[in-house]
Amino acid sequence: MISPVRSELTVSDNVPFGHPSAGSSGGYRFYALTLERPEWKDWRPGQFIMMRPAGAADSPQWARPFSICRVTSQGLVLFFRVAAPAWERFARLKSGDKVVVWGPLGTSFDVRPDTPTLLLARGIGIAPFAGYADKHPDPASLFLLFGHTYPSSNYPTDAMASRMELENLRDHTPEELEYFHTVMREKMITYRQRGGICLACGPISFLYRVWKDAVELGLPTQLSLEQRMACGTGVCLGCVTVTSQHWADPAHAGLPVQTCTSGPVFWASDIDLDARIPGGKG
Amino acid sequence: MDLRVSLVKGRLELKNPVLSAAGTFGSGLEYQDYGDLSTLGGIITNGLTLAPCSGLPMPRITEVPAGVLSAIGTQNDGVKQFVNEVLPRLPWNLVPVIPNLNASNVDAFSELSAILAEERGVAAMEVNLSCGNDHRGGYPFCQNPVTTARAISAVKRAAGDKPVIAKLSLRTMDIAEVAKAAEAAGADIISCIGMPEGMAVDVRTRRPLLGSVVGGISGPAIKPMALLSVWRVASVVQIPVIGVGGVCCAEDVLEFILAGAQAVCVGTASFADPSAIFRIVQNLPKVCEELEIQDLSAIRGSLELDFTR
Repeated sequence: MISPVRSELTVSDNVPFGHPSAGSSGGYRFYALTLERPEWKDWRPGQFIMMRPAGAADSPQWARPFSICRVTSQGLVLFFRVAAPAWERFARLKSGDKVVVWGPLGTSFDVRPDTPTLLLARGIGIAPFAGYADKHPDPASLFLLFGHTYPSSNYPTDAMASRMELENLRDHTPEELEYFHTVMREKMITYRQRGGICLACGPISFLYRVWKDAVELGLPTQLSLEQRMACGTGVCLGCVTVTSQHWADPAHAGLPVQTCTSGPVFWASDIDLDARIPGGKG
Repeated sequence: MDLRVSLVKGRLELKNPVLSAAGTFGSGLEYQDYGDLSTLGGIITNGLTLAPCSGLPMPRITEVPAGVLSAIGTQNDGVKQFVNEVLPRLPWNLVPVIPNLNASNVDAFSELSAILAEERGVAAMEVNLSCGNDHRGGYPFCQNPVTTARAISAVKRAAGDKPVIAKLSLRTMDIAEVAKAAEAAGADIISCIGMPEGMAVDVRTRRPLLGSVVGGISGPAIKPMALLSVWRVASVVQIPVIGVGGVCCAEDVLEFILAGAQAVCVGTASFADPSAIFRIVQNLPKVCEELEIQDLSAIRGSLELDFTR
């Protein structure tokens, strides 16, 4: 268990990635943000932080969750997409600005050096796998299948490809997406036959598909769930997901648990993405 | 500076007027990495029910201008789990721990109160009167003085010597009348306000942003309503009033005290920054000094209404 720390960190760099979006709005969608290195004792790949610009201590605006992309000797690297107007304040951050960060938070991906490991990512879900490669004793043995709506130049695929085997597929059209899903399932079948594991990160529609295939194929798979989060500390109870009957704590089997503290990384067999919250007051 | 507050003499003494608000601070244990819990005036824990409760459907929470809209449905593991597993881990001998009681009928409120009354670690109980009353078509207990009084009487009878806080919301015709009824029924303290209702819509999906459509609004968006409620209630009851709604900084604490509150709760500010409540406690003496306030009791309820000076 790694205790989270709240820190005020300085922005070292905030670099737009790829190409600006078309049309009159015109801004960049993707950014690689580097902060000074936090004084954490440790962190694990798949964990995340909550972050908000400093100097707005009395502002009610929420912090936002960010996957830890990498922690180098120089700093903490985050890769994010401006998915909604609330994220634009992070795109405006520049060198010297201060941010409030609390983390590292949540659970992490399994690192099994001697087990064939398939990484599946869509879109911004590629972010934690850079750090995963850093923490893996043999990253060259990893295989990453990466689906992306925007051109690959918007993502750090070159840096990733230099460290692991990577196949990237555009999934912008319905046909492209279906092909991506076909390739994904084929890879999962192969890794099942090889006694491997699978780790996945991306939007919930993608993770649902991975979850379905993983359960059906019996491939041990971890999913990093992305939910709307207000606090990252487990108290707002806004980011819950429903566990399956395999959940380690029988008292919470079939019940909602917080994604920010019991996750974000869950074994596919431990959760039920088809379940509805039973509801009703006791 | 002496910030101590006596809410109920000899039975509920706070080292400062800043408590956590129910539903925004977990049991308190979730925040022990971010500050010293024993520095707080009190910890009002997440809502408790008799039996475990899995809460409302997702999505449950969304950001709205100047606040939070949420519909959680009191997800919790039930009072027994709280008593057996959570309470022993809380620093209740250093800071008052105040569970927040939720029930849909008077008998369940009474039963909850009786269980918690046995616990040394429980300093007081806060009764969430915004709960839907099964016997009144799901309308909240605090909607009228009669149902408020029944719920408070039931809790009081079972609470032994534990002080009882009646938490009121604006889902009522007249919060001052309801506060008077709660006081007459034996409430030791009034707390206001519970979250007013609201909704939010996503124009792109054409759906509401909450799974249960309607939620409660919290955060700075409701501070003016909370201040007004405290001011009105404090002028008609003799018991202490706790202000809840949008407290983000030490100045906010003083605004509520000027309006008549004895103490305040910090709520969703803890979502935006886990150190928020600790920072407020730390800053309060400094801000008092800047504003030349030597004694909180000297300014309590002392709003200057003469604008000619």
